Amino acid sequence: MSEILRIENLHKKFGNLEVLKGIDLTVQSGETVVLLGSSGSGKSTMLRCVNFMEDPTEGKIYLNGELIGTERGGAMQYKEAELCTLRSRIGMVFQHFNLFPHMTVLENVMEGQVIVLGRGKAEAKEKALAQLERVGLAEKAAEYPARLSGGQKQRVAIARALAMDPEVMLFDEVTSALDPELVGEVLKTMRQLAEEGMTMLCVTHELGFAYHVANRVLFLNQGTILEQGEPQRVLKAPETSRMREFLDGHSLFKLPD
Amino acid sequence: MGHNWDFATILQNWPVLWVGVKGTVYIFVITVILGLGGGLIVGVARYAKSPFISLPARAFVEVFRNTPVLVQIIWFFYAFPILTGIETNPLLAAILGISLNTMAFSAEIYRAGIQSIDRGQWEAGKAIGMTYNQTLRRIILPVAVKRVLPALTNRGIEVFKMSTLASVVGFVETLNQAKLIADLNYNPIESYTAVAIIFFVVLYPVVQGTYVLERMLRKAD
Repeated sequence: MSEILRIENLHKKFGNLEVLKGIDLTVQSGETVVLLGSSGSGKSTMLRCVNFMEDPTEGKIYLNGELIGTERGGAMQYKEAELCTLRSRIGMVFQHFNLFPHMTVLENVMEGQVIVLGRGKAEAKEKALAQLERVGLAEKAAEYPARLSGGQKQRVAIARALAMDPEVMLFDEVTSALDPELVGEVLKTMRQLAEEGMTMLCVTHELGFAYHVANRVLFLNQGTILEQGEPQRVLKAPETSRMREFLDGHSLFKLPD
Repeated sequence: MGHNWDFATILQNWPVLWVGVKGTVYIFVITVILGLGGGLIVGVARYAKSPFISLPARAFVEVFRNTPVLVQIIWFFYAFPILTGIETNPLLAAILGISLNTMAFSAEIYRAGIQSIDRGQWEAGKAIGMTYNQTLRRIILPVAVKRVLPALTNRGIEVFKMSTLASVVGFVETLNQAKLIADLNYNPIESYTAVAIIFFVVLYPVVQGTYVLERMLRKAD
């Protein structure tokens, strides 16, 4: 295993509000890291800083050993073109899918390949169909997103990100907007990706997914990593009272064994 | 009050009116393309993050939206040559007045369309590595323009009718020719009624056509 992503001393401020207060994280290639935390803990912001959907206020991010941006006078400077390239190397899946409504499923998955990576239409189509096959939706290629269920939309969004051959995948609460009975199909797709060796950072409230699929769980609280480790340990025997409180809130109505 | 309606004179003078109808269509085609096309550029500029682009666009919109087109046309015909030394003619003055006014109005329509698009669409484009311009062109505008099509159709109808204002500087279009017939035959009521009928006959089928177009586009969703 080799390092694919490193975050050093990441800070993010929105005005006077400091959401992230110095995050350090190294992710190995093929690792699945799950970020837990209550709302406002900074977990989504952290994820969005990795591919510069938000520019970090302070700190450094390395992808595959390369520092993103250039350091000048102690502060990082970023060029838009460099960030576009970086984003094309990192896949992101959103809570609300954000599929392009005026394009078919196939066109959705081809768009980035053609416009950003400059692939030919034929190659892009072949890759798109392969990724749709991977998420089990090849037969929906000609449909428009409006005709798909939430779970199907989210799997198309995953295929759209995968078609760019990303080095890391970011999942930002991707099951939170789904009907409970549709959550499973998306989690199954994510599990399959993890098992195939994709490097994944997932913000989620699905503790079962964290327990069974993650290699590592991070618990964020007020902008810092409060606890981290193997899910079997962190979720079963948390060290801090804050994390125990968080887990109790999640399992309040668990069915008795 | 008795009025002896006499449309026979109008029909006898149809060649005179026909010249005007051709002038109306001519100026409409030019101003609707410049107005709605240029409006897209101004609307996008209006939405730009940089104030160096958005502020001039905003100033343009406010100036041309809040002054009468009639005055703009007269101004381009009489005042513009005095200020710049560039000679204009009735056609050019009317084209400038009507297109710039239409650009200002349609710019606001496009901007509203762009603003109505969910932020997630911008994020999705950004996340796969698209630049601002690529996202705008490929993701945002196709949906935004489709969404504001009814408002743009309205603007188009307005442009067609605004063409009559070109008569104020003597451009040969339908109203101008009707006035000529009215002055020669003392039949202003019939002459101007004929103008209304001609406009309705031309516009009505076109508008029906745009409804069909809108329905077809909606089906694609």
